[in-house]
Amino acid sequence: MDYEAVIGLEIHAQLLTDTKMFCGCSTKFGSEPNTQTCPVCMGLPGVLPVMNRKAVEYVIRTGAAMNCEIAGRSRFARKNYFYPDLPKGYQISQYELPLCNRGHIDISVDGVTKRIGLTRIHLEEDAGKNIHEGTRNESFVDLNRAGVPLMEIVTEPDIRNPREAVEFMKKLRTIVRFIGVCDGNMEQGSLRCDANVSVRPAGQDEFGVKTEIKNMNSFRFVEKALEYEIRRQLRALKEGERIIQETRLWNADRGVTESMRSKEEAHDYRYFPDPDLMPIEVGALWTEQIRADIGELPDAKKARYSAELKLPEQDADALSSDRYASAWFEEVLALGGEPKAAANWIRGDLARLLNEENREFAQCPLTPCHLVDMLGLVDRGTISGKIAKTVFEEMYRSGKDAGTVVKEKGLVQMSDEAGIAKIVDAVLARSPGEVERYRAGDAKLMGFFVGQVMKETKGKANPKIVNELLKKKLD
Amino acid sequence: MGSSTENSAFGETRNPWDVSRVPGGSSGGSAAAVAADECLAALGSDTGGSIRQPAAFCGVVGLKPTYGRVSRYGLVAFASSLDQIGPLTKNVGDAALLLNVIAGHDPCDSTSADVAVPDFTGVLGQDIRGLTIGVPREYFAEGIDGEVEALVQAAVRQLESLGARPVEISLPHTGYAVAAYYILATSEASSNLARYDGVKYGLRVPGQDLLDMYMKTREQGFGAEVKRRIILGTYSLSSGYYDAYYRKAQQVRTLIMRDFEEAFQSVDVIATPTSPTPAFRIGEKVTDPLQMYLTDICTISVNLAGVPAISVPCGFTAAGLPVGLQIIGRHFDEETVLRIAHAYEQANDWYRRKPLLK
Repeated sequence: MDYEAVIGLEIHAQLLTDTKMFCGCSTKFGSEPNTQTCPVCMGLPGVLPVMNRKAVEYVIRTGAAMNCEIAGRSRFARKNYFYPDLPKGYQISQYELPLCNRGHIDISVDGVTKRIGLTRIHLEEDAGKNIHEGTRNESFVDLNRAGVPLMEIVTEPDIRNPREAVEFMKKLRTIVRFIGVCDGNMEQGSLRCDANVSVRPAGQDEFGVKTEIKNMNSFRFVEKALEYEIRRQLRALKEGERIIQETRLWNADRGVTESMRSKEEAHDYRYFPDPDLMPIEVGALWTEQIRADIGELPDAKKARYSAELKLPEQDADALSSDRYASAWFEEVLALGGEPKAAANWIRGDLARLLNEENREFAQCPLTPCHLVDMLGLVDRGTISGKIAKTVFEEMYRSGKDAGTVVKEKGLVQMSDEAGIAKIVDAVLARSPGEVERYRAGDAKLMGFFVGQVMKETKGKANPKIVNELLKKKLD
Repeated sequence: MGSSTENSAFGETRNPWDVSRVPGGSSGGSAAAVAADECLAALGSDTGGSIRQPAAFCGVVGLKPTYGRVSRYGLVAFASSLDQIGPLTKNVGDAALLLNVIAGHDPCDSTSADVAVPDFTGVLGQDIRGLTIGVPREYFAEGIDGEVEALVQAAVRQLESLGARPVEISLPHTGYAVAAYYILATSEASSNLARYDGVKYGLRVPGQDLLDMYMKTREQGFGAEVKRRIILGTYSLSSGYYDAYYRKAQQVRTLIMRDFEEAFQSVDVIATPTSPTPAFRIGEKVTDPLQMYLTDICTISVNLAGVPAISVPCGFTAAGLPVGLQIIGRHFDEETVLRIAHAYEQANDWYRRKPLLK
């Protein structure tokens, strides 16, 4: 019998707000434990939460970017459970009225586009962190993360294999980064993913018994964990075992999923509307404003870059998936830069230089003006394409504009024929053997002569003129 | 928690008028202190009557403002959607003065209302001619003490003599208020009290593991009544019971709110007894939680509806126990409540009487 897997994902994304969801504490990552806390996020008696408007806006922005319906009225609920990293004994989350419902993301696997439905997106606060390392018979609690705004995105059970899951995660990551709501860092935990997995005979409508997989903190682990879990379930079914509804943890060291708790041990969270917070009324005007601010999304950009700018798919893909890169690229075009040349410089030299310093495109020290000016110098023959590489790197390091770099470093292309002719004559005069062999038919030696002239002129001679002169004198 | 201070971790407070009796609760300490002249005025917190009922039992003035009028920031939460801070004072004028100080929007409390705060003393001394006073028949039904009923009815007649116009009204869902209240209040309390878990502050009783520590800490740290309410609330919110209890109680709450909205279409305030009985004896109801819960029957609806209400002394029983008249107003209309209470107070001298404190 053929089986198929059914996968649904639950993604938690930390929002890029400066302050926490319900208090003014910083959300900065990696500070000393409990240095970013206050009475509110520590859950002291008598304190009350006050909503972070920016966090609500970010979730609406995400919903708009993922084709969701934005709820006109939404509210927070308390999710009650006891755990030391949860200072109030409940997490403020959303239950009955999430901010966003029914959306979708299109993914592409092997050139085939597939639509993955989204059930909902809601807003909640993160918990703190229990620390067990380096302690004996005791644990510590760090509440720096407690109260950091977290967005939960829940998909429909539309995913059928681990590759689709990974593609979905990548696409989702591209979008949240593009719209600036989450840094998408899975290793640091600002983007986390849980999966509900079941298998069933192909063609059957009912779902099989599902397990929930947690702790997959990279794209690779998402793929590996799902592959393992599907194999495990299939093996169990083939051996006539029953699958137990349970939560399982991915163990990256052992490469297996391990049982964490069964359905019977699952919490009853006793959700109820949080009486400390007023319902959120999302006005149509606000939603429209947020939609307008998003602008063109990666998919639409990519399509436009391919169709209108005739960029190859790889260029279109790379330039459209980063908000800053695409804005930079489009600014170059607006200043009159040629698309393919701009794409080559951005994806080539600029990407390499940024990469060498481990910089994001957002921290790019060059402005689109730098590139456009430089491209103009190349077009006008002031510098050669080869020299441009030197100019580009120098602009990147110093921030100076192309003209200044060319002047200061004396990189102006030699285009005066008489001057170049003198050097050509000198080169030919000191290489009688090579001249003889060339004239005897060894055409490859042309490269040698060009190289010699370039060497004499420190690369500045106009290659076209050098070639013409050499040909004239040798032939 | 509770209507008598007998659940206090520090022992019960006694009623200054009769030290064998309770001062009411839960803010019975505040009321007794004001009545016994131990202070000029006090604050109380009123979730189901905890300012007004002790004010009535102790012969002082107690005002529960409109929900949202006073910030709850800093108040240790019991039931967040019902809790409200208010003054306990020796007279209505002091209540207005103290409300002036504590009222107003607080950016730290999202449920505190951003509405203008008047000078509440401005209405003191204004006459009450032409104001309509609703007298809900449900509050004068079975279970009310005869002396209390007589004194409250006399107070209503006196208000009429001062120019107000009493009319009989109905608040038809009154009978469901206590049940709805004890589901909603305990549900919220079960969640609000979760933070007292021994992890961060307060009592921690060591245990063999985390769960053991939680259980021992909460077993020892909470009293019987608090535990009873946590259990009740946890049950009401449990999956499978939520719809039958919590959701249903919320629906009842909406109906009770509507009762008041409709009544206030035709009346300016509503007058009722504050408590169906005068102060009871210490220990009298301590073994019967249901009887104890029913002592809040006159005050609870007010919290469910979120409207303001005051209790002013309206006389004494033959045994010398004070009785309170409750005046309930529209949302954010503490002014009319204070105006009528003040007019009534000044026409009598109940508020000048002091307990002998034997």
